[in-house]
Amino acid sequence: MSFKDLELNMGPQHPSTHGVLRLKVTIDNEVIVRIEPVVGYLHRGMEKLWESLTYPQILPLTDRLDYIAAVSNNLAYVLAVEKLAGIEVPKRAQYIRVILSELMRISSHLAWVGFQANDIGAITVLLYGFEYREDFLDIFETYAGGRLTINGLRIGGVPFDLDGGLIGRIRKTLARLPKRLHEVEMLLNENRIWKHRTQGVGCLSAEEAIEHGLTGPCLRACGVPWDIRKDIPYSSYEDFEFDVPLSDQGDVYGRYLVRMQEIRQSVRIIEQALDRLPAGDHIAKVPKILRIPAGEVFHSIEAPKGELGFYIRSNGTDKPERVKMKSPSFINLQSLPSMCRGGIFSDVVSILGSLDIVLGEIDK
Amino acid sequence: MTSPAPFIFEFLIPLGKIIAVILYPMVMVIIMIWLERRVVALIQGRLGPNRVGFQGLLQPIADAVKVFFKEDIIQRNADKLLFNIAPVLVMFSSLLAFCFVPLGEPIRIGSYELTLWIAQSSVGLLFVLGMSAISVFGVIFGGWASNSKYPLMGALRSVIQVLIYEIPIGLTVLTVVVLARSIDLVEIVRAQQAGKVWYGFLMPVSAVVFWISGIAETNRAPFDLPEAESELVAGYHTEYSGLKFAFFYISEYAHMVLVSSLVVLLFFGGWLPPFANVAALSFLHKVPGFVWYLIKIMFFLFLYVWIRGTLPRYRFDELIKLAWKWLIPLSLVNFLVVVLLKLLL
Repeated sequence: MSFKDLELNMGPQHPSTHGVLRLKVTIDNEVIVRIEPVVGYLHRGMEKLWESLTYPQILPLTDRLDYIAAVSNNLAYVLAVEKLAGIEVPKRAQYIRVILSELMRISSHLAWVGFQANDIGAITVLLYGFEYREDFLDIFETYAGGRLTINGLRIGGVPFDLDGGLIGRIRKTLARLPKRLHEVEMLLNENRIWKHRTQGVGCLSAEEAIEHGLTGPCLRACGVPWDIRKDIPYSSYEDFEFDVPLSDQGDVYGRYLVRMQEIRQSVRIIEQALDRLPAGDHIAKVPKILRIPAGEVFHSIEAPKGELGFYIRSNGTDKPERVKMKSPSFINLQSLPSMCRGGIFSDVVSILGSLDIVLGEIDK
Repeated sequence: MTSPAPFIFEFLIPLGKIIAVILYPMVMVIIMIWLERRVVALIQGRLGPNRVGFQGLLQPIADAVKVFFKEDIIQRNADKLLFNIAPVLVMFSSLLAFCFVPLGEPIRIGSYELTLWIAQSSVGLLFVLGMSAISVFGVIFGGWASNSKYPLMGALRSVIQVLIYEIPIGLTVLTVVVLARSIDLVEIVRAQQAGKVWYGFLMPVSAVVFWISGIAETNRAPFDLPEAESELVAGYHTEYSGLKFAFFYISEYAHMVLVSSLVVLLFFGGWLPPFANVAALSFLHKVPGFVWYLIKIMFFLFLYVWIRGTLPRYRFDELIKLAWKWLIPLSLVNFLVVVLLKLLL
């Protein structure tokens, strides 16, 4: 066995490939020579399946794409369907959608910081991240009955109204969050080992990132101020005031900082939305059997992982003719080889973790 | 009247000691496994095992019973001889080292003097260090004989790591030897008693460098690269299962107990009570030395767990940089300073 050009098969069963991703890594001792992601181990034929389902039937299946942030998938899908069908969504429903998807963003980023720290070896942060996320899952449980894949939106609005009790609970959870984020940051931000493992690791310049089609926090960590919530607002995001956190490092540390700041911005958005929650209906009148006139539409949103878009082509029946999704994890994964260039083997796990991929979304 | 004394003294007591030298590390390992799981759990806001026995203290025994009945898998392409030798070698070397680890001053029973060690040698410290270095052969054999890539990488990392960190360990041990004028662990503790100050306070740099290198030597977090689960699955023991895996696991913990014992013996006065010079605290002398010794060892074992619960893992190049750029120069300078001061004063 030669140590030069040793081909190492990382996954599909490996502790830190975040599911069933397989990486063909060629290493020269500890230095990475080549890396090639192999996807498809979780392929469920979602897009084909959707062609035989009615529009409302598709909705719960979208939860299973990025299962860490289920509502974001729902949101991208319902917005596309509503755009195609020309359904006007009540303002209150739009605000509740914003609240739910921002709560999902927080819980997704908390899970991310836990996973990432665990990949780098800080086992305690994993438990911290998941403990804090638990509060948010409890909120979803109270709202929709589910915790992970909650099927929390409907075409035309949201299934349930937010009542006073739940609003108080959300506020209480959000008030607790800054102290908890500080706890994680105390463990990591100025930690020498953490900085060694993340700073200057997986660097990507802004031009390269755009060439690779990188989106989401990874793109903003390269210093590109692109946030669809800000640039092409949807679901009343234009009503809220928030900043787009940036970092000019383009490395794993930058992605970590951007995500931690994004959690704080999400808190700001939710608080504004709760304060100014308009009165009215929480769901528009949508016919039971939704037949959408022939046409096509593409709508994308800023999901926690990046730009999540749905392309839908309808043919006048109650089932779509074709649905294609642009999933951020899949697109972001293709920049992994460039990020790992010249790195050493341990960097693969920290770079892969920093991309925040979910295999449910990659393999669809 | 014939006395049974010769039989007791010459046969039963050594036999008892041999059993004790196997049991003592095992009991410490059981306590350590429990301590680690509970303390890490408390750091992380969990409960940890608390069902089997008092506060889950018997959990490691339950695990051992389970592991005993596990299927012993030997990979088809593995080198069977080396694959089987490796765990035994690791276990054997770490247990053998305990023969030279004294637990306290001899106890006088009538006319008989019961020594709390199996063997006292004028090169005891050298033997202990040598034995703990031999265990790396087990790791190499295990990693190589598995004929699999992850174990091989783990073994390679382990070899490089242990080789590098032996240097600062050797250099810091030398400072102790210079001060105590002995390589006998018992004599080193006695020298600390006579000198009225523990070497850890006399030479804090030595103590810290030895402790850091000791963590690296035992492959523990933040230097647990050879078995980094997020990178190498389980490192050199990926292909092992059942009892052989348990051997690796137990010997890793025994090794931790050994390094903690060495730190205590070399730098923190072994079984000596603290505040020996303060007359008001002389009641501390009433507590048996063995208890002090255990308390000190437990403190360092706790430190292991604390560090594991707090710090992320080093990357391989950073690990080597830490040794070459910091620990080795630091221990060299420290050694020179100690020797010069010893000569001048």
